[in-house]
Amino acid sequence: MKIDLTLNGAPASLNAAPGLRLSEALREGLGLTGTKIGCDAGDCGACTVLLDGAPVCACLTPAARAHGRRLETVEADDATLNHLRDAFLRHGAAQCGICTPGMLMAGTALLRDNPAPSPDQARAALGGVLCRCTGYARIIAAICDAGPPPLEDAPSSGTVGSSPRRLDGAAKVAGDSFGADLWQQGGLIVRAIRSPHASARFHFGDLAGWAAKTGAQVFTAADIPGRNRFGAIPPFADQPALAETHIRQRGEAVALVAFEDDGSDPDLSGFPVIWDPLTPLTSALDAAAPDAPRLHEGRAGNLLIAGHVRRGDAAAVLAASAHVVEGTTRTGFVEHAYIEPEAGAAWMEGDCLVIRACTQAPVMDRDDTALVLGLPPGRVRIIPSAVGGGFGSKLDLSLQPLIGLVTLLTGRPSRMTYSRAESMASTTKRHPSQISGRIGCDAQGRITGMEMDGIFDTGAYASWGPTVANRVPVHASGPYCTPHYRAEARAIHTNNPTAGAFRGFGVPQAAIWQETLYDRLAEQAGLDRLEFRHLNALRDGQTTVTGQTLHSTGISQCLDALRPHWSRALAEAAAIPGRGVGIASCWYGCGNTALPNPSTIRIGLTGAGALMLHQGATDIGQGSNTVIAQIASKALGLPLSAVTLIGPDTHLTPDAGKTSASRQTFVTGRAALAAGAALRAEILRRLNMGDAARLSLDGATLVASEGRQTARLDLSTLPADARGYALSAEESYDPPTLPLDENGQGSPYALYGYGAQMVELAVDPALGTVRLLKITAAHDLGRAINPLLAQGQIEGGIAQGIGLALMEDYIPGRTENLHDYLIPTTGDIPPIESLLIEVPDPEGPFGARGLGEHVLIPTAPAILNAIRHATGAEVTTLPALPHRIRAAMQRAEK
Amino acid sequence: MTDFLRPATVEDALALMAAGGVVPLAGGTDLYPATQRRALPGLVLDVTGLPGLCGITTGPAGLRIGAATTWTALARATLPPALAALQQAAVEVGGIQIQNAGTIGGNLCNASPAADGVPPLLVLDTEVELVGHRGIRRLPLSQFLTGPRQTARQADELLTALHIPASALSGQSHFRKLGARAYLVISIAMVAVRLDLQAGRISHAALAVGACSATACRLPQVESALTGAPAAEAPALIRDADVAAALSPLDDLRATAAYRSGAAAELLRRSVATLCQPVPA
Repeated sequence: MKIDLTLNGAPASLNAAPGLRLSEALREGLGLTGTKIGCDAGDCGACTVLLDGAPVCACLTPAARAHGRRLETVEADDATLNHLRDAFLRHGAAQCGICTPGMLMAGTALLRDNPAPSPDQARAALGGVLCRCTGYARIIAAICDAGPPPLEDAPSSGTVGSSPRRLDGAAKVAGDSFGADLWQQGGLIVRAIRSPHASARFHFGDLAGWAAKTGAQVFTAADIPGRNRFGAIPPFADQPALAETHIRQRGEAVALVAFEDDGSDPDLSGFPVIWDPLTPLTSALDAAAPDAPRLHEGRAGNLLIAGHVRRGDAAAVLAASAHVVEGTTRTGFVEHAYIEPEAGAAWMEGDCLVIRACTQAPVMDRDDTALVLGLPPGRVRIIPSAVGGGFGSKLDLSLQPLIGLVTLLTGRPSRMTYSRAESMASTTKRHPSQISGRIGCDAQGRITGMEMDGIFDTGAYASWGPTVANRVPVHASGPYCTPHYRAEARAIHTNNPTAGAFRGFGVPQAAIWQETLYDRLAEQAGLDRLEFRHLNALRDGQTTVTGQTLHSTGISQCLDALRPHWSRALAEAAAIPGRGVGIASCWYGCGNTALPNPSTIRIGLTGAGALMLHQGATDIGQGSNTVIAQIASKALGLPLSAVTLIGPDTHLTPDAGKTSASRQTFVTGRAALAAGAALRAEILRRLNMGDAARLSLDGATLVASEGRQTARLDLSTLPADARGYALSAEESYDPPTLPLDENGQGSPYALYGYGAQMVELAVDPALGTVRLLKITAAHDLGRAINPLLAQGQIEGGIAQGIGLALMEDYIPGRTENLHDYLIPTTGDIPPIESLLIEVPDPEGPFGARGLGEHVLIPTAPAILNAIRHATGAEVTTLPALPHRIRAAMQRAEK
Repeated sequence: MTDFLRPATVEDALALMAAGGVVPLAGGTDLYPATQRRALPGLVLDVTGLPGLCGITTGPAGLRIGAATTWTALARATLPPALAALQQAAVEVGGIQIQNAGTIGGNLCNASPAADGVPPLLVLDTEVELVGHRGIRRLPLSQFLTGPRQTARQADELLTALHIPASALSGQSHFRKLGARAYLVISIAMVAVRLDLQAGRISHAALAVGACSATACRLPQVESALTGAPAAEAPALIRDADVAAALSPLDDLRATAAYRSGAAAELLRRSVATLCQPVPA
């Protein structure tokens, strides 16, 4: 059907099947990829476009319905939309950018009706668009400040401590290029055949016959030229790219089907796979039983790994403690629910396989994909696309070996985009946990000891299960001095979804247990809950449960910062029935646990005077593109505006490691600091100027001045160095750590970050519903390199903590969509006040610590503590859905 | 390739549907999520272009709502206070994007036990109008909805309109929806209440609960208990046991059955209390 419409103000026409989703017609037919597809079900709003001015989900709109109508997309050049884009950049409203087009279009429709909306009106207008990164606060602020840009808006200097517009921001407010948004024409569309069962044997029927009938090419494990086993942690690599004879989890891929990329709608029905379903192990307790079937050879009791930390004699000390509390908490699977499902494209460049996809770990992707495909790593090039949210799950391989296989074997370009259901079924989750134990204190309220046993359902494959098992015992004390300690975390295989990395690697689950027990312990000791934490907060010179002596600890300062808010909130809550106030703290070691994790940064000046920063730290929305550049430019002494970013790209950028473990600002930041400083030293040496000289660029001429002394260096006269630059530097940094011994004693992290959050809420006594009123968050980030980005991290982490506490529960086969799996909407986030505490750490760049994961950890326990304060209800199974809160209230009343 | 029919008249639509296998398409907000395909599969008939299917008209017999009237059109219309519950429900269906596309008739034909439109229409004694090649028939909404995802519509019939009798346009109504998040939420429970008040007493009460039984339902026993009661005493007359007796809620991922019926009773009390509040001078 020929569809004539007015598209972004100009006449346009396209040929499309009338029932084609309008989102597909725009992206595939017209090449307008600014409209993003997050769910194909109207659940996320990322594809919001304006039809005759009214916001609709393009994924639910038949293309025919655009005929004769006015359609506007994020590609429009419109005054209201452009002003809103600018407001998004000023307010830091775009993090990863995948929801941004939907937010901008819904916001534009609102602003045309109501140029000065209230925050409540903005929240209602944007209630149909989900964001997983920002916690919505910056977005709402931008909508409410979206008039013509202020004239006096002087561009930020971009120095460390200032909040310049993010360097990748302009792309994000234009509809950035994510994994699904760039591909080579004339290739193949790849789909995976996945298991509907959690455990099954399988075999294939007549593959050749099916392929002949459908015109598709079929690939199975038999076609994999390399080692059909991958895994984030090499000694535990156990996951096949395509299953061979049996599958261990629902959603596991057994075959690939490649169709011509000609706009047709591939039909996978009738694919000849014959399943022989087996009884799945669906609980870690069952799987740990001695007679349980074993998922993996060599892993007795389905135990992937157990992590331990032992210090002193916790059992003896607890027996003699004045106060002891005991308890068990349970959490379920939590889905990352980034709005961008996994997507990417592959093609050959000579004999090099190029894979452009969303990822958090390009070099790990390259190495593992090369292993699976039997290629040397140098023949695989990974180009990370813009990443529409990751939160840990995009650390693992997903489609890289799949499209890599198709392109390698056919020599043709290919592309693949996971459906929402496929993404949710097949990728990793937060580990479900059951944590039990005891904590004691003396009569004065000083912690004496702790015992903790955690069982973590690590699902079908290893993924990051070992990291969770190692991190949890190291962190389960919380940021408190705990002289006697025994903690064990066991990761048990089941036929559930593979549990992997998710913002905090198990530490949020442990904090839920420890921080809720702390409230009961404070009560027993007769101490105010904040003061109890303050009394026990780790201080400089004290040792952690791993025996590491700390310096520059910031937890007591965070609690100090909350104290006036705490007093106010307690007084207010005392006057109103149903009101509660809760508090919880966090600490989190930045970087890999007692393992090397170096980053390398390259910086160069071209003969034409361009400053190029090879920045390999994947920016998944958190802001490393901007923060790393700020650090490098400050160390070098040239303005941020001079910086041009290169990468990430495994052929162009040195390895800056994975975006995980809250390590990029710290570890890659240190490498950027060193690279910037090395280039500066080289410049000053050549110009024979002192360290205090001020640098500037005047075209191709580098100028250094100090007092009345000025020196010039014409870069165009310099020969290219080995890296192709007139001048360049490349530096690495690897955080100094000490391995953990058999008792978990050692110095696993070079630095830690600290924080504490306070939640004010109201509980409806009859319905058990929670209304969050305010969250106040104090985080010691050492030095805020970019305060606006830091604030965005805090607000976004809190939003995920709210979801963990109150609504998120992934059930395989039941909640594989974004309407049964609930994440917070604009209306679920209260006002958040961020208090940035800066206790500089000498190890961090300009004193900075990591922040990204810390911010999620205290939120859920602080909410549970506030619910208990409001009602007496102790909710020990998460999420705290209304019926669980109501039941806990009824137990408390008895 | 999709077969996508866009008839210009109801007669043409019925002729096309007579061949069988035709899926009527209104807003698309339920049909598209049900497929993983790029385009709607099967033989689809777009009803949104049919005359008389969009818009609200009033006459001596009552109010007629075209089946393809969108939630946004309902929310923005000027309607009697008896339809306040329907208008309140309209702004809680999905987000604005869904309200701009989704239709009241589509909501009924999709027949989810948690359909937001049903309780407010039940308290309005709504009848649905079905048109087939055998003619036009009307059914009470409660008879139209025969089970979860099941209706009395024959495969060759179209739902063309909803009729609200003049007798049900009196009084005021209120809607409440309970879910685990603020927007885009499928109800744990929802209620609609319509009350006529005369001289401080309830002269007529209509109460309905959704998401707590296979299809949303009225609560005749509770309605009788309220009829004739002084407004100030009305909320207390809604007893948990009476509400529970009328419902058959499920235990599922969103809530337990026991919680659901208790919550439904509480929501009813609150909506009745809202409607019974003295009007501020």
